[in-house]
Amino acid sequence: MADTTAAPLTTADGKPLKAALARAQSRARRRALLLVLPLLLFILVSFVLPIGELLKQSVENDYFTANMPRTVQWFQTHPAGTPPDEAAYAAVALDLKDGYTARTAPLAGTRVNYDMPGTRSLFTSTARKAAQMQPPYKDALLAADPKWGDPMLWATMRRVAPAISDDFYLAALDRTRDVNGNIVQVSQDQRIYIMLFMRTFGLAAAITFICFLMGYPVAHLLATLPLRKSNLLMILVLLPFWTSLLVRTTAWIVLLQREGVVNDILVWLGVVDNQHRLEMMYNQTGTIVAMTHILLPFMILPLYSVMRPIPPSYARAARSLGATSWTTFRRIYFPQTLPGIGAGSLLVFILAVGYYITPALVGGASGQLISNLIAFHLQNSLNWSLGSALAALLLVAVILLYWLYDRLVGIDKLKLG
Amino acid sequence: MALPVYASPLERLWRWVFRILCGAVLLFLIAPIIVVIPLSFNAEPYFTFTSKMLHFDPAGYSLQWYDKLLTFGMQAPGHERNWAWWSDVWQNAKWINAAKNSVIIGFFATLVATGLGTLAALGLSRPEMPYRRAIMAMLISPMIVPIIITATGLFFFYSDPGLPYPYLSFSPFGLHFGYFSLHDAFGFRLAGTYLGVILAHATLGIPFVIITVTATLIGFDHSLTRAAANLGASPTTTFFKVIMPLILPGVISGGLFAFVTSFDEVVVVLFIGAPDQQTIPRQMWNGIREQISPAILAVATILVVISIAMLATLELLRRRGERLRGMSPQ
Repeated sequence: MADTTAAPLTTADGKPLKAALARAQSRARRRALLLVLPLLLFILVSFVLPIGELLKQSVENDYFTANMPRTVQWFQTHPAGTPPDEAAYAAVALDLKDGYTARTAPLAGTRVNYDMPGTRSLFTSTARKAAQMQPPYKDALLAADPKWGDPMLWATMRRVAPAISDDFYLAALDRTRDVNGNIVQVSQDQRIYIMLFMRTFGLAAAITFICFLMGYPVAHLLATLPLRKSNLLMILVLLPFWTSLLVRTTAWIVLLQREGVVNDILVWLGVVDNQHRLEMMYNQTGTIVAMTHILLPFMILPLYSVMRPIPPSYARAARSLGATSWTTFRRIYFPQTLPGIGAGSLLVFILAVGYYITPALVGGASGQLISNLIAFHLQNSLNWSLGSALAALLLVAVILLYWLYDRLVGIDKLKLG
Repeated sequence: MALPVYASPLERLWRWVFRILCGAVLLFLIAPIIVVIPLSFNAEPYFTFTSKMLHFDPAGYSLQWYDKLLTFGMQAPGHERNWAWWSDVWQNAKWINAAKNSVIIGFFATLVATGLGTLAALGLSRPEMPYRRAIMAMLISPMIVPIIITATGLFFFYSDPGLPYPYLSFSPFGLHFGYFSLHDAFGFRLAGTYLGVILAHATLGIPFVIITVTATLIGFDHSLTRAAANLGASPTTTFFKVIMPLILPGVISGGLFAFVTSFDEVVVVLFIGAPDQQTIPRQMWNGIREQISPAILAVATILVVISIAMLATLELLRRRGERLRGMSPQ
């Protein structure tokens, strides 16, 4: 470089030009950052921290730790595999006695119950009797309920003693630990979560594919019609996009239910017998139809914005060089629409994977997705940690897809309407 | 686009098949929304067209479900329809209250989202903005992250430290593992408050504001602000006199998106809202889950009319924006 030998350029007041420029640029950068900062802080508090709280909940559960301190102490001082002695039974009995007065025994039982169903009632019923218990506690506890002699119960209690564990992630992947602490699959009839993840991804892929099949021709039509006509037809795409999700879901319930409009038309046409009306609602069919309808605009709009600028002269040139219309489409038109296909498909897939409202309302039993199970654990079974672990796994999948979207399409290319 | 003269008969046939296919898809898109409207005037409590409706017999139609919307939850629905009746409607009717809640929450959420979002979009569109891509990805993420995850996180974050949160109440100054409990720190909790729902809805609306406003700013000529400064305008004057009029269409359409997002949001309200934060979507959700009545269709019809109005506003804004920037449609 020349300026290593020559005197450096300076500004009027004698400062090196490079430094002055860097100062001015960093000031401009700071100013730009300052404009974004309020929102960044807002998002941090109202979005990132809550998700951090969720991740924390997924590894931490101190129902047992906080309410059975003596038992936890015993587990800490005795290595795994030690058979429970009188001291251990005494710790449990005294903890339960305290738990009964403080009404926290059911909580400790709840935590054990997550890993070993049927133990919650054991804790509550024993806690009720614990107040009258006298040493030796081993005999007293075994007299209260012989289940206290079960080595599996003790192994489970040892496992749930630390507040922080990977138990809920194991449970979310249909795994558990056996008596010796090895990770094993849960019994066949209890494997539900992996199946549900597969169903969620399978349904999302199916919906994405249907959206592609339906959206591609429409986007092509809209992109090749004169602007005045295509703007009119575009209303038919944008109106559903702007209509409330609940309204669209309601509309599908009305259309597809047993006594609904579609079944009525089919009966009237004689396609379906009145006695054998189709069951299209409250099952997977209902979920697929309603979600396809809701997500279709997210496929059409990116496709349209990619197809619109493709010059029709390319296709004409291909035809004039002897290509058939199919070859023209396959070799000339389709490759140019690939960015739109990628953008639309990824967007639809990402949105479909996390869908909650529509499957909850129209899905019945077979149309439930992973989101619905997360809600179930939060609102009904109250196993918040397992719900959080499932949510965290879903979040990882969505973030990966989002990263892919940013890589392939670019976040700043996202357009609405 | 007319077919070229060299098109074969097969291509002509395919063209018709193609058009019919497209028509079917467009019908699929619009039919469910249109069907709801006449059904909401059904005289019978059915979700299908009665034979009277199909014969356009006036007896098949009625406004009873709209009437139900007004009277549901009233103290004295049978009262004579005078001033007292209407004040009863305004105070006690469940759907009216839900509408009031939805509008209040939507308005403030839009205000927060549009204000903060527009500022951030201005910063993001400056060429010297550092970490642009990463920051943009983070600000858009509330739109991408499944709503159930956001709602769950907010549910934990907003909850007051009760039995499930002993570890939060043990901590001094509410600090624990780097997280703080709003309850311990400031003595209030956001769960079940309007403020909590408004902040959550603002978060969900922000990505839309960012997307629309940055899109408007793509064609923005930065020399205009320099010219304004050169002519002696302060940054504030420049903003309100030069920048704002140019980006206003983007800001308004972003605000509309944010409002619609809040107006249609049910999961977060279900998770963190108290029973008195009954919004229209929540009331609909309950209605659909418990026993669906045609009154839901009346609400749906009203919402469809509102979204038509929104769409028309957006279209007008788009045209105005194009005219202002000298890009008139062909």
